[in-house]
Amino acid sequence: MRETLYSIRNLTVDYHTRLGNLRAVDNVSLDIQRGEILGLVGESGCGKSTLGKALLRMIQDPGEISNGELWFNGLGRNWYDGSNLMDLSDAQMREVRGKSISMIFQDPMTSLNPVQKIVDHLTETIQTHEPTVSNKAARARANELVVRLGIRDERINDYPHQLSGGMRQRVMIALALSLNSDLIIADEATTSLDVIVEAQFLDILRNLCVEFDLTILLITHNIGIVAQMANRVAVMYAGRLAELGEVHDVFKRTLHPYADGLLKAVPNILMDEDELYKMEGSPPNLIAPPPGCRFHPRCPRVMEICSQRVPPLVEQGEQHYTACWLYEDSLESEEVAAS
Amino acid sequence: MKIRWKVKRSRPVDMSEKRKNGADNLVEFHEVKKWFPLQQGLLDSIFSRGNEENVRAVDGVSFNIRRGEVFGLAGESGSGKSTIGRLALRLLETTEGTVCFDGIDLSTLKHEELRHLRRRMQVIFQDPMAALSPRMTIGEAIAHPLMIHYPEEKKNKRQRVEEVLEHVGLTPPSTFYDKYPHQISGGQRQRIVVARALITRPELILADEPIAMADVSVRALLLDLMKRLKDEFNLTYLFITHDLATAKYICDRIAILYLGKLAELGPLEAVYRNPQHPYTRALLAAVPVPDPDFRRTEPLPRGEIPSPINPPPGCAFHPRCPIAQEICKQELPRMLPISGQPDHLVACHLRSGDYQQLDPEHQPEQA
Repeated sequence: MRETLYSIRNLTVDYHTRLGNLRAVDNVSLDIQRGEILGLVGESGCGKSTLGKALLRMIQDPGEISNGELWFNGLGRNWYDGSNLMDLSDAQMREVRGKSISMIFQDPMTSLNPVQKIVDHLTETIQTHEPTVSNKAARARANELVVRLGIRDERINDYPHQLSGGMRQRVMIALALSLNSDLIIADEATTSLDVIVEAQFLDILRNLCVEFDLTILLITHNIGIVAQMANRVAVMYAGRLAELGEVHDVFKRTLHPYADGLLKAVPNILMDEDELYKMEGSPPNLIAPPPGCRFHPRCPRVMEICSQRVPPLVEQGEQHYTACWLYEDSLESEEVAAS
Repeated sequence: MKIRWKVKRSRPVDMSEKRKNGADNLVEFHEVKKWFPLQQGLLDSIFSRGNEENVRAVDGVSFNIRRGEVFGLAGESGSGKSTIGRLALRLLETTEGTVCFDGIDLSTLKHEELRHLRRRMQVIFQDPMAALSPRMTIGEAIAHPLMIHYPEEKKNKRQRVEEVLEHVGLTPPSTFYDKYPHQISGGQRQRIVVARALITRPELILADEPIAMADVSVRALLLDLMKRLKDEFNLTYLFITHDLATAKYICDRIAILYLGKLAELGPLEAVYRNPQHPYTRALLAAVPVPDPDFRRTEPLPRGEIPSPINPPPGCAFHPRCPIAQEICKQELPRMLPISGQPDHLVACHLRSGDYQQLDPEHQPEQA
């Protein structure tokens, strides 16, 4: 069992919209273990990106983290290791971002400064967080990283627009690695890349993980990438965790009907079938979500209790959790006995 | 406030004399090129006269789309797949070569004739929110092409719209008629776009990444809908996609594009099971497989798709090709059938044509 790097407890994020309160993340508890790649999957609007941003406390108005604890257990290199990030001031939080937790977004062109050379991005990042590093040393570190990521070192003096999409995304990784971040949050980091470039990028990422002992939270809607990359998978639906477990368990012994439908609906290039599984309905409006289990209106195995009570996330096998009443035999029988 | 949308009606035109006889193919591309001149300053264009640079988006492409099939067009961004789609409907003019629709050379048509022909071809784009006017009700949006092409149907407008809404599975149709696009879900919006494409009863539908924006669960439903409508309305699809895994569920034949040229073309089964071009192989191998027990063994090509401004000489794929030979750098490979399969064409010196013995994987006894 790996040691826990980031412990999320009862995280709730609300967006206060004109039409009412939208609870994008609802009471999510999740442990990210050191050295793992944790895949976070779900459809658009399920709250996976909001969760990723909340880990850095980057939720902006009109949103807020209305409840929860974010325990960050770094290696003790930094003073805030072992504390609840919710207790930090905004200024202190800025120190954490980049230094301990980095984020890679979908579109590198919006994350990189178009009038700054690649080398300046890297040295600036290094020197902002480590002011004692000399220009020369920062430059040398930048060079080393870029070469390590398979970009020729003369390209370091290029501007972002001169690089291809895949190279830009590698620069983003270099930025994250330049400070030896404990945790990298990759939010749809490969979605804008073409399939071959994406595969190349994922190969690099996989090698880096081993080499630098990286911990990655891989947020994506692409189930194939998760299957190929992740050690563990968390499936989100309508702001809540539906299933969590080792990648093999979740894919081969799927518990939650939503996770099951989602996995079956993914086109698989190797399979022979010519029909895709069709999941009826669409995800709920989170301003007025359905009561009980939020999947119950679409669930093929819905029961009476599903619309009445929220199913808790319960361990149903070794390190394999699900939030579904189907697997709560004991609870149900207790209730029958009580009534 | 009710907005009255102006429509410019199309007048009936007789085009029978323009039609070549015996056209089995609905769409024919013959050596089509589409070059976009590179935007230059005034001085540059004066001094560089005669050697202007062009983006060779489509660079000599020939293929036919048979009536009633789903013809897939796949490739990475910048391979020219969307440009081909637009050329098929003459939304863009060709630089060279001819595009025929139902035996009619599109470039010979005058404006009014083209408008008349357009009722037989419709488009579905990727982003339904961008394709629908936010100020037009769904009913108005769907009726719009009908009013242009069949103004005599004005009296039956509502009835015709509700019919087609029912066909795309939006029931009861009357509840959707007066809604606006922002009031419905993304999946429903794409169905509206499909309904609008169907109302003129077209023969050809250009579907340019129609489901790329949809979520996994919606995707399957949309694919299913498109397949069902194809049978109900006798449609032919030109299906453009970058997602080979999805293409598998709908396409009958597929063409793989690389840098404005066809790399491979054939029945879907043949291309997927027995890919010949090294690029097709790489493309298929790179698709992430949703099975944690599977690991890719095929190596990936180096680098990325080069610029279409100065494409590499010979075979455009040769700088990245794992099996490239000297001939590949010099001579442009033509699309030729592989041995024994006249339907399965590949543009690779080592896989079809005269230089197959140079292929490092070549087995003479098989050939």
